[in-house]
Amino acid sequence: MATMTRDEIFEKVRESLVEALSVDDSDVTESATLTRDLGAESIDILDIVFRLEKAFSIKISQEELMPRDVLSNPEYVVGGKLNSAGMTALRERVPDADFSQFEADPKIDKILDVFTVGTIVNFVQSKLNRA
Amino acid sequence: MRWIWFDRFEEFQPGRMAVAVKNVTLAEDHLHDHFPDFPVMPASLMIEGMAQTAGILVGEARNFSEKVILAKIKRAVFHEAVRPGSKIRYEATIEQLTDSAASTVGRVFCDEREIGQVDLVFSHIDQNMSGLRFPEENFVFTEEFMGLLRGYRSASDRVAL
Repeated sequence: MATMTRDEIFEKVRESLVEALSVDDSDVTESATLTRDLGAESIDILDIVFRLEKAFSIKISQEELMPRDVLSNPEYVVGGKLNSAGMTALRERVPDADFSQFEADPKIDKILDVFTVGTIVNFVQSKLNRA
Repeated sequence: MRWIWFDRFEEFQPGRMAVAVKNVTLAEDHLHDHFPDFPVMPASLMIEGMAQTAGILVGEARNFSEKVILAKIKRAVFHEAVRPGSKIRYEATIEQLTDSAASTVGRVFCDEREIGQVDLVFSHIDQNMSGLRFPEENFVFTEEFMGLLRGYRSASDRVAL
C-alpha cells in the first residue's frame, strides 16, 4: 500500500465516493467538495470513512478529520464560529485540509465544506506514508 | 401495533453476527393493504427487520449503552416477493465497528432461499460528529425493550444482559 501513487489513491477514493454518494465518476474531481458539490450529508461521512478504511486497509478515527476537542471547545468556538486560536489549533490537527475559504466565515456547521476530494486523497496519502 | 419486525433470534454471536427469523402471517394488518388481492411482505418492512436485527447486534456490542440509530441504507436489493406463510431469515454481520458508528452487511432468506441483501450504517448518536446533545435516557434500547430481551433469554443465548 505504501507504494501507491497519488493517482492510484485518487482512483480508489473516487470509487468509494461514487458508491457512497451515488454520483457519476466525472463528478468526483480533485476540487469537488464532498458536501456542496457531491451532496454528502454528515451521515454520509460515516459511510465514506468505513469505505476508505476498507479500500486502503487503514484505520481512521473521527478525531483525525473532526477534532472535537477543538470544534466543541468553548475556548475556540464563540457564537457558533471558530476564533483565530481555534483556527490555529484546527490547522495543526488537520494539516491536509485547505482552510482558506472556511476562514473567511468560520461557522462550525460549515466545517464539512472544507473537505474536497483532494483533501481526502492527501489525507489517505499521508496515512499510507506513515504506515 | 408493536414495532418489532422479527419474532426471535436463532443465533447471536456477540460483536460478530446474528440471525433472526420472522414468520409472515395473514393476521398482520398491513398485508391486507399491501396488496388487497395479492398480499406480499413490504420490502421496506424487511429493511426494518434487518435494521432491528443488525441494530440490536451493534447495540449489544457496546452493552446497550449507546443510542444506535440507523444512519444509512447502503444497499437494499430484493429478488423475490415474500408471501404469507413464509419464514424470513435475517442474517446480519458486523463489518466495521467503531466508537461512533458501525456498518453491517445482511442477507435475507425466505424459506431458506436467499432473496435479498441489506447493507446498513448505524450511528452511535451521542458520539457523532455534529456535536448535538440528545436526551440522556436511552430511547432506542428502552426499559420495555430490555425487559422483552430478558424474557427471550435462554440458556443457549450468549447475550450478556
